[in-house]
This record gives sequence, C-alpha cells and structure tokens, in this order.
Amino acid sequence: MKETLLSPPHPLEKRVLTRRFEYPRTEPVWIDEYLATGGYEAIRKALAMEPEAIVEEVKKSALRGRGGAGFPTGMKWSFVDRKSPKPKYVVVNADEGEPGTCKDRILMGYDPHRLIEGVLIGARAIGACRGWVYIRGEYREYIEIMDRAIEEAYARGFLGASVCGSGWEFHLSTHTGAGSYECGEETALLESLEGKRGNPRLKPPFPATSGAFQCPTILNNVETYCAVPDIILNGGEWYASLGTPRNGGTRLVCLSGHIERPGVYEVPLGMNLLTIINEIGGGVWKGRKLKAVIPGGSSSPVLKADECDIPADYDSLAKAGSMLGSGATVVLDETTDMTKVLARLMKFYAHESCGWCIPCREGTTWLKKITARLEEGIGSERDLATIDQISQNMLGRTFCPLGDAAAMPAMAIVRKFRDEILDRIRQAEMFAPAPGTQPLAVL
Amino acid sequence: MTFSPELEAKFAKMIGNYPPGRQKGALIPMLLYAQDEVGAVTEEVIDEFARRLKLSRVEIEEVLGYYTMLVREPRGRHHIQICTNISCMLTGGQELFEHACRTLGIGNKGKTADGQFSLEEVECLGACSWAPAMQVNYDFYYHMTPEKFDRLIESLRKLQ
Repeated sequence: MKETLLSPPHPLEKRVLTRRFEYPRTEPVWIDEYLATGGYEAIRKALAMEPEAIVEEVKKSALRGRGGAGFPTGMKWSFVDRKSPKPKYVVVNADEGEPGTCKDRILMGYDPHRLIEGVLIGARAIGACRGWVYIRGEYREYIEIMDRAIEEAYARGFLGASVCGSGWEFHLSTHTGAGSYECGEETALLESLEGKRGNPRLKPPFPATSGAFQCPTILNNVETYCAVPDIILNGGEWYASLGTPRNGGTRLVCLSGHIERPGVYEVPLGMNLLTIINEIGGGVWKGRKLKAVIPGGSSSPVLKADECDIPADYDSLAKAGSMLGSGATVVLDETTDMTKVLARLMKFYAHESCGWCIPCREGTTWLKKITARLEEGIGSERDLATIDQISQNMLGRTFCPLGDAAAMPAMAIVRKFRDEILDRIRQAEMFAPAPGTQPLAVL
Repeated sequence: MTFSPELEAKFAKMIGNYPPGRQKGALIPMLLYAQDEVGAVTEEVIDEFARRLKLSRVEIEEVLGYYTMLVREPRGRHHIQICTNISCMLTGGQELFEHACRTLGIGNKGKTADGQFSLEEVECLGACSWAPAMQVNYDFYYHMTPEKFDRLIESLRKLQ
C-alpha cells in the first residue's frame, strides 16, 4: 500500500495551500474533487480581470518567491513587457534539490491542479501562450501525476485553444530534468529547458526580458504559483494579513533532521522558529538539546541554538545573518558533529558545481578537500582561516548563487563552531604535523 | 532505430511542446525516456536523436557528460540510489549506504556480477522529512533501516 507523506494536522498550522490535504490520504486530488472544492474559480475570476489588476493583486499580497531568493513575485511579473511582439512563456521551477527541501513533491503529488491554476493566472497576467513545469528527473512519480492532471485540464477546457471559453490560447507541459542541482537556478534551468548543459547565464538580461528561448519569461517556484489562486479569490490584502509586513501569507516548512515529528507543515510567515521546532515538530528527538538549526536549506548559514528565538520570515532571518531560503528547516541535536556536517555539505557543492565559473569550480573543490581533511582529524588550525578566505573570495564573484550557497554555510559553521573544530584537530595528536608544516594527505 | 510505439508517441508529443525550430528542447527528456527503455544512451541512440532533432553528436555528448542520471553503460536491473546528504546523514543515511555496500559487495557506482543490482550514493532526493530515503529506479523508499534494506533486496531478488 502506498505510504502517505502527509503529517497529521497541527492546531498551529494555517492551511491555505494545503487545505485539501486530508490526512492520511495517499492519492492526489484529481479534477472532479478539485472542481467540487472551489477549484478553477480563481482563473475564471482572473479572466474577467485586467492583466495589470492581477499583477497588482499579487503585489498587494506581499507574496515572495518560495524557491529561495524571496524576490517579490508581483514585482517580478511586472517586469515583463506585455506589448513585446515576442511570445511570452511561463516556467515552473520544480527542480527541488536544495538539501532539506521536500515541499514541491507534496504540492504536486497531492494537489496538482492548484499548480496548474496558479500557472494559468500567472500566464494570463503576462499574456503568455505556453508554459513548462520543469520537474527533476528523479521525480518520475510526480511527472506522471502532473501529466495526468494536465491531460484532465485539457479535456475540461482549462488548457488549450480557448481557456474556459475565453478565446485565450495557453498550452502547458511537463519537462523532465536529468539529475542536476544547478538546474534549480533559474537561468541554468532555462538552458536545460532548451536542451543544453545547465550552465547559468549572465544577468542581465533577466528572464523577464530574455528567458526561455530568448523570449520574455516568468519563472517561479511551485509553491509560489500554488499561492496565487487564493490571492486572486480572497484578495491580496487578505493574503498579506496572514504573514508579517513585507512577508505575506503562509509558507510550507519542511522539518527534518533530529526532530520528533518531521514533516511538511504550513505555517504563517513570521511564526517563531522555536515554536515551529518545539510545538509543531514536537521538539528535538530523543529528549536531547538543540545545538543548531539550518533554517532555509543547506545554503543558508546555520543558526546556533541561542540564535533561534526569532520570527521565521525573510526579513528577520536576513537580520539574523541567515535566510529563509526554501523553507527547509534541518534540526541538529547536541550530539551532532559539526565538522562532519560541514564536510558533507562541501562534498555536495563540489559535486554539483557546474564548473562554468572558476571561483565556484575551484572554491567548492578546495572547500571539499580541506573539510574532508578536517573530518579525518588531520587538519590544522590554518585550515580554518583558509576556509574563510576561500569563501570570501567566492561570495558575489560567480554567475549564479551556487558559489554563495557553498561559501555562506562554510563561513558560518567555521566561525560559530570554531572551538569544536579546533578540539577535533587537537585530539588527533597522532596525526599532528611538525610545527609550521602542513600535513600531507591525499584525499 | 525505433522505440516502442508508446515511446514513439510520447516523443512525437514532446517535440511539439517546444517552439518551432527549437525542438532541441526535447533532447533531455527524450534521452532520459530512451535510456529507461534501452538501458543506456548507446551510440545508436545518439545517432538517432542527432538525426531526429537535427543536432550534431557533440551537442548530445556534452549533455550526457553533464547530467548525472544519463549514462552510456547500462546500470543494474535495480539501480539503488541512497541519499547521504544532510537530512539523511543525520538520521542514518551514511550507515545505510555502508550497509548496502557490504550487503551487495559493491561500492559506489558499482554493479553486481549478475547485473541485477547497481549502487550509487546520491545527493538530496527531496525526501528529507522522511529520511533516510533511497530510490530503486524511480521508486522511493522512506524511513529506511538496514533491516528494511535487506528485506527489500530479498524481495527484489525474488522478482528474477
């Protein structure tokens, strides 16, 4: 029997995007159920609105991109020149790969039509004629669910030559990736969509002017599109009021790691990070103490336990020196070996760096080698300064944010857990190098 | 070369999903689905797609070198992919991978002599809340333990 990926609802949750996620269902909401529960009413309403009014409503909602960067969605959409003679496209980023993140699969796997409806509204707002849902290759199960949902939508006239009989033509299809973290970056994703290696593009031009196939394109995360139908139905102000100022609405938080009740939950933006962990997640597992939290996917700088008493929204986390990122919250208990965490993350970034620009290609590789040496217990104190220096030389010097994504957590772990890493170096006396020399190790 | 009628129909539809003259967009999905049927992206597949999509061979080969799911040599019948990234590592993914190496007698990216199993240590599978997670071909398995792994391998062996 198929296992449900849903968690039992928690009273502190605010279910907007996940309101159809009845625990413990295993099957997606197909079109009949979707229509019976208010589905496709938002697109009908949007079709009667001026495209500018749709963008305005999304601006009012203070919805920010849920993929990681947190860019205001309405503003992104307003950058598209609707009068451009070129065709306009809509792309969904479902290349979920940020370690810790597992929300897109839930959204596509349980309510695929919500995504289609959100895409339709975005497409209407910019006057697009075609869209793609770029789904990572490993998610074949979800590609098949989306394919079937898209077929259903075509059969009922929500996609195709005349959307809801309005005369507006819009086509949508899925597109599978084939194994690449880098393709989650928007311009690398567009390259991949065009059938090329997923190397990022130089920006500007931004996708709003030259995106998929060099045409104006809007590109958003699955969760971002999924929020749009409710914004149109209930108004931008209503959605904004759910969160904190400039951080509208609810978001999906993926709890994982050393936690009692891991799972994907929907919470209002601005809920205290400790409340999320201790109340919704049931606290740190096995009765242990909290050591640190990775608050927004592996690319976000780690927060020590005493830094976690903050509202979890984009601005508050930025102020705390981290980021909300993709909403993936990884909990680390007191027994966690931070050197191991650091080494594993650097191995990941070195593996996924596409090699297009040198600071990232070389930087991630050296960070991997140095942190592997630290993990083996044969590092030296000088390594910590080298990690910091390499990281600083990567920040802001690459085409895409992958370089930053590796450098930021490396710097944070080395700075915040310096004593722990140094202890490990000192304990490994048998490997201690002669004073003033660097140990030789082939890794 | 030709593929199964179902796949040919899928390919025809896929090529239509991209703007006129930009059919190269269908390349990566077509390669992945072809690989699922043929077992690997063979020389014949490359030549065939170069002809169909009006591409040079190198345009296909550079893509093959980039994407981790695309391979030139067939993997085992059951391709076991174990995640050892952060959330899985914290909950025993690393130990699970080491257990898998011992059980199957192969290392990372290895294949058993009978061609039944191949093993790969993979990066985040997007199943972090149900860690440790692994995939056999396209099927996900959540909350894995060494014991559950052994039972799974036994049941896969019986499929032969």
